[in-house]
This record gives sequence, structure tokens and C-alpha cells, in this order.
Amino acid sequence: MRVTTTVNGTERTADDVWPGESLLHLLRERLGLPGAKNACEQGECGSCTVYLDGEPVCACLVAAGQAIGRKVTTVEGLAAGQALHPVQEAFVEAGAVQCGFCTPGLVVAAHDLLARVPEPSDPEIREALAGNLCRCTGYEKILDAVRLAARRQAAR
Amino acid sequence: MDFLQPSSWDDALAVRAERPDALPIAGGTDVMVELNFDRRRPGALLDLTRIPELREWSVADEVVRLGAGVPYARVITELGNRLPGLAMAARTVGSPQIRVRGTVGGNLGSASPAGDAHPPLLAAGAEVEVASAARGTRRIPVAEFFTGVKRNALEPDELIAAVHVRTARGPQQFCKVGTRNAMVISVSAFALALHPDRQAVGTGIGSAAPTPRRAAEAEEFLAGELDWATRGPLPEGLARAFGERVAAAAAPIDDVRGTAAYRRHSLTVLARRAVTWAWDDLRRAA
Repeated sequence: MRVTTTVNGTERTADDVWPGESLLHLLRERLGLPGAKNACEQGECGSCTVYLDGEPVCACLVAAGQAIGRKVTTVEGLAAGQALHPVQEAFVEAGAVQCGFCTPGLVVAAHDLLARVPEPSDPEIREALAGNLCRCTGYEKILDAVRLAARRQAAR
Repeated sequence: MDFLQPSSWDDALAVRAERPDALPIAGGTDVMVELNFDRRRPGALLDLTRIPELREWSVADEVVRLGAGVPYARVITELGNRLPGLAMAARTVGSPQIRVRGTVGGNLGSASPAGDAHPPLLAAGAEVEVASAARGTRRIPVAEFFTGVKRNALEPDELIAAVHVRTARGPQQFCKVGTRNAMVISVSAFALALHPDRQAVGTGIGSAAPTPRRAAEAEEFLAGELDWATRGPLPEGLARAFGERVAAAAAPIDDVRGTAAYRRHSLTVLARRAVTWAWDDLRRAA
């Protein structure tokens, strides 16, 4: 099966896609975009979070064919050239990154939250990130990073 | 495996009739897990996400017709006032990433005893609208829709079109026990709807029987005992007796998520709390 979809603003095509394949497999193994991570493959961990038509989804739970003709934005598509997105900068500065495996998913989830809710309360941050597991940080540094990114965004 | 992607409802029904081996997929939050873990290899996937009609809802005669493909996130933002019980349950589903994809139609298709949408649909007396190319549309009361563990009343050539739910006439509650607030398959769940317009009560039990089910005897008992006319304070003994009757309607098992005894006990607590909250809401509204 052929899948053509717009990824990070560029139309991409993959051939011989197995019909039961996930969008995550398509991105990582066929389109060379390993940012979204493959961990639980059951929507529990959020490490494969990408935007599908502007909504944050678990790429492991989207069939590749469901993305035909849709717009996908991965963590690779958030930065402008070499400059990190403010959410990415905040994760680095706040020490929200340890092993880094959960980071791409958390960055996309936090990016989505701050686009919708520029100044989120702590409960709003926790709720928005509830679908993303991190086994290193204990989450406090991640909350710090989201607050930092929100402050920077407000100051602009 | 084939990937079938009809773009209209009529085409979808035609494809469903031709390909009984096709597995319908909407949000993918159940189906993709089965594929990712090699638990299922259907002859085809029947993608229902390209059918605009499935993603719509409408209201006629105070009954909401909720398209099978409306995701939980939209139930919460668009239907919280009309269908408060279903919206409360939708808020407890998975995570933001799951709620934006998962659908009530998909929940009914999977027919898990733990499906979060099922108890409030039972409590509200909802009807499932299913259709086939050969026989057209029929409606199935949701209490008759679940036929066994992960089995439902769909014929092989049928698809779920919508669910019909009466706009709430009184308070509704949903409660669920799990190990955390997010990303939880319920250990037990309970939904309650008070129908003051006809002095009736609706219930739905989740994760505590082979199928989601009503607690019919508890409904009749509570409806008969409640002080509908003057709406006085709810006697503590009545709330407890209702909880006991709800638990008696369950048929739970021991499994990895909890024991049968815990599930029964938790249902007595959930039902007592639900009726206390709902009755307080009704008294405040008066």
C-alpha cells in the first residue's frame, strides 16, 4: 500500500506499507524520523506523541493509512532550523531531560498545551501531561520546564 | 491484509457486507494495540475515519444522536450539558492523546466490560443505532447490546452508526476506581442517572460482570424510596441500602486489576456516593 502524507510541511510518500502498520512505524522506519519514540505500543506512555491534523495523538495507535492526506507534525518539526523551540529550550534549561526517551513526546504534549492555554495552572499542566510517562525525572523538572516556557512565551 | 477506506456511509456498509473478515477501526485505541502485539490479524482494516456523517451529532425531540465517530474530547467540550454522565465518563478515559482519538462507537464495538462509556449509556437508557446494506437501520437498547465479554449484538454485516441518548432531565454521576486518575482501566465503575420527570432511576455497572449491566432491582428500589415530591434530605440508610443492592447486581471475578470481593465492596461505596451527590444536586436545583 502507498501512503502519502504531509510531514513537517513536506509531502512524503512511502510504498509497500503493510496495512496494519502504525503511523509511528511509518515515521521511524520508512521516513527516517526517529524523534517519536517506540516504547509501549499501546498508548500508555505517550513517548510517540505527534500532531495529526493539529491534534496530539499517540502515533502507535494511528494506522499508517489513516494518515493518508493528513498533516503530521513530529518533534523534528517544532524547531525553526537550528534554533530550538522555546519549549525545547526550557526542557534543557530546567533539567527536564535525563535519559531523553520520553522527552520528544513530552515536548509535543507541552507544546500543544501552551498553544491552547498560554498560562496554564499546575493542575492544567498535570492533566495535559497525564498521558506521558517519565521514569527518570520524577516529573518536577518537567513541570518546571513547562512553567518556564509559559513565562517566556508570555514575556514575548 | 487490505486497508479499506470508504469515504461515505453507504460505501462503508457495502464494504462491510462484502468483507466480513474486515475489522472496523475508528480511533484505533483498541484495534492498533491488538495489531501491534500480534493478537489479531484480520483480513482487512475497515477505516471509518473518512466518513463525515460519523463525526456529527444532532438533537431531535431532546434526544441526542451521537455519531459513532465523535471522539471523547468532543463529548466533553460539546455535550457536557446535555449528556453529563457520558461526559464525566469521557473525562476519565485514558489521556488527552487517547480522548482526542477514541470514540463512543469504538467503545461499543470493542464491548469491553470495562468500557467507560457503557455505564452512563446504560443509566441513561441509550439505544445503539446499527445498520447494514441489506436490512437498513435498527436500534438496539444498550442493555441488550452487550452479549458477552467483548461481544456485542452486531451482525457480521453491520456497523455502528450512532448512539441515541435522551438529554438529561436530572443529575447524573459517574465514578470509577483505578490506581491513578489518568490512563486507567477501571477496577470497577458505576453510573447513576436520576429522572425526576418520571420519578425513575437509571444505573450502569462497569468492570464487575462479564458485560456492563444495569442494577435493575436497585433502580426500582431507589425510585420507590426517594422523596421525589418534597426532595428532603437523603437518609443515610437509604444510600447504603442502594449501594448494597447495586453490589448485589454485579457478578465480578478476581483478576489482575482487583478481586471480586473488592469490586463488590467498591460498588457499594461508589453507588452510595453517587446517589448522595446526585440527590444533593437535585435538591440544589429545586
